[in-house]
Amino acid sequence: MTTLSKDLAASRQFISANDAVSYGVRLCRPEVIAAYPITPQTTVVEKLSEFVANQEMDCQYVNVESEHSAMAACLGAALMGCRTFTASSSQGLLYMCEMLHYVSGSRLPIVMMNANRTVAAPWNIYGDHRDSIAMRDAGWLQLYVESAQEALDTVIQAYKVAENHQVMTPVMVCLDGFVLTHTYEVVKVPSQAEVDRFLPPYAPTENRLDLAAPKSCCISVSPEWQTEYRYKQHAAMQAAKKIIGDVDAAFGAQFGRRYGGLLEEYRCEDAEYVLLMMGTIAGTARLVVDKLREGGVKAGLVKIRSFRPFPREEIVRLAQGVKGIGIVDRDISFGYEGALGTEVKGAVQGAAPAINFIAGLSGRDVTKDNIEAMYRKVIDLARGQAEEEIQFVGLRWEQW
Amino acid sequence: MQKPSINHSFQYPGSIGEMPSGPCADAGVLVEANAGWRVFRPVLDAAKCVKCLKCWLICPDGAIDRSGKDYAIDYAFCKGCGICAYECPTKSIRMEKEGDDVE
Repeated sequence: MTTLSKDLAASRQFISANDAVSYGVRLCRPEVIAAYPITPQTTVVEKLSEFVANQEMDCQYVNVESEHSAMAACLGAALMGCRTFTASSSQGLLYMCEMLHYVSGSRLPIVMMNANRTVAAPWNIYGDHRDSIAMRDAGWLQLYVESAQEALDTVIQAYKVAENHQVMTPVMVCLDGFVLTHTYEVVKVPSQAEVDRFLPPYAPTENRLDLAAPKSCCISVSPEWQTEYRYKQHAAMQAAKKIIGDVDAAFGAQFGRRYGGLLEEYRCEDAEYVLLMMGTIAGTARLVVDKLREGGVKAGLVKIRSFRPFPREEIVRLAQGVKGIGIVDRDISFGYEGALGTEVKGAVQGAAPAINFIAGLSGRDVTKDNIEAMYRKVIDLARGQAEEEIQFVGLRWEQW
Repeated sequence: MQKPSINHSFQYPGSIGEMPSGPCADAGVLVEANAGWRVFRPVLDAAKCVKCLKCWLICPDGAIDRSGKDYAIDYAFCKGCGICAYECPTKSIRMEKEGDDVE
């Protein structure tokens, strides 16, 4: 490992979440970055290219002609035993789709950042989860974050989880477009030495290209053997459930910040009415929970950090004793419901009445009033009032 | 280049734990003959062959067998592509439809 002249010292910086991701990536010392710019991810890969150009990172930066090529280049580098990084968003993520499956099936621990943005049409560059949710079954771990600090810290955790030999599965770190990616806040940037202590150099398994022990990699596998590889992918994801929690705890012990592992509960101890959500909406919802609690309403919220693997057991436990739940989705699976709604309702199996709120599509604001109205509707439902099972929050010409 | 040979000592995984951590395998290991889809087979006339090695050089599967006194074709690995017959400068190799003769 080369020691660079400009190894980072610990600092507090006023930066955007995209910059925070760039610092997090730099601290993880990837050896290859291949990326193609797309709004609102662009400033991440710009910042990283500056780090490389200024020799602040010892890294090959590969300019590619597309997102598909970016992920293909990362796959090749990862097969050579390199730690790699890329980032994308929306249309770019969709264009990358084929390679996402290739990477997870090849069990390569690539970490990528996704700036959550809706997908066209109608064309729109603002945030919702419809891009990454469309990649739900690509075999990647998906971690959704709420703040710039959590974004930086989660990138570091992501490499530690992905490269664990029980996991060896790629990780997508998801940030809400603009609301998070382009919002500035004070972020604690840890020192290079501290991160080196937490994250050792990548140690690949035998699944790699090596002149001393030549291998055929990403091989064809006949129907007689394919099921066993799929079983192993699933088992690795299941194993990741514990490892995400362990890594978060170890990170907390060293850096003093932790995020609950698979999910974070806020004021859920005795909660009767709980909203579940992913990403930045949780930041606003905390304030609403506090206000409702002041008014005597036993409100709580659950921020689901890990969508894949999905924290089924934790949610089943949380639903015990709850009178009503609301699931907030920044996506919609047309013809059914929100993706998170499906997962949560499948897990709790009717233990509590539930409403699936479709909110914040394509950058639509989700206000404190919106969130309070969601809690009120969940309370009404729990008290026996009729409520639609799926509701579009703030839909024009409807009473909200 | 050695002509391909089957590795008879290859052991398939006996459990999930014995499977490789990703879909990979040791390179250059053949576990079975692989020529079942051949439509035409090259037939070499040793009397006309001048052993120029052109067929040996260009065969995509390394199926030209030089181990005996005369050159021969290893039908366990020949896919029947016909490149050898096309390139042979003395026209010592002809392509015969599989199944036309009785073995």
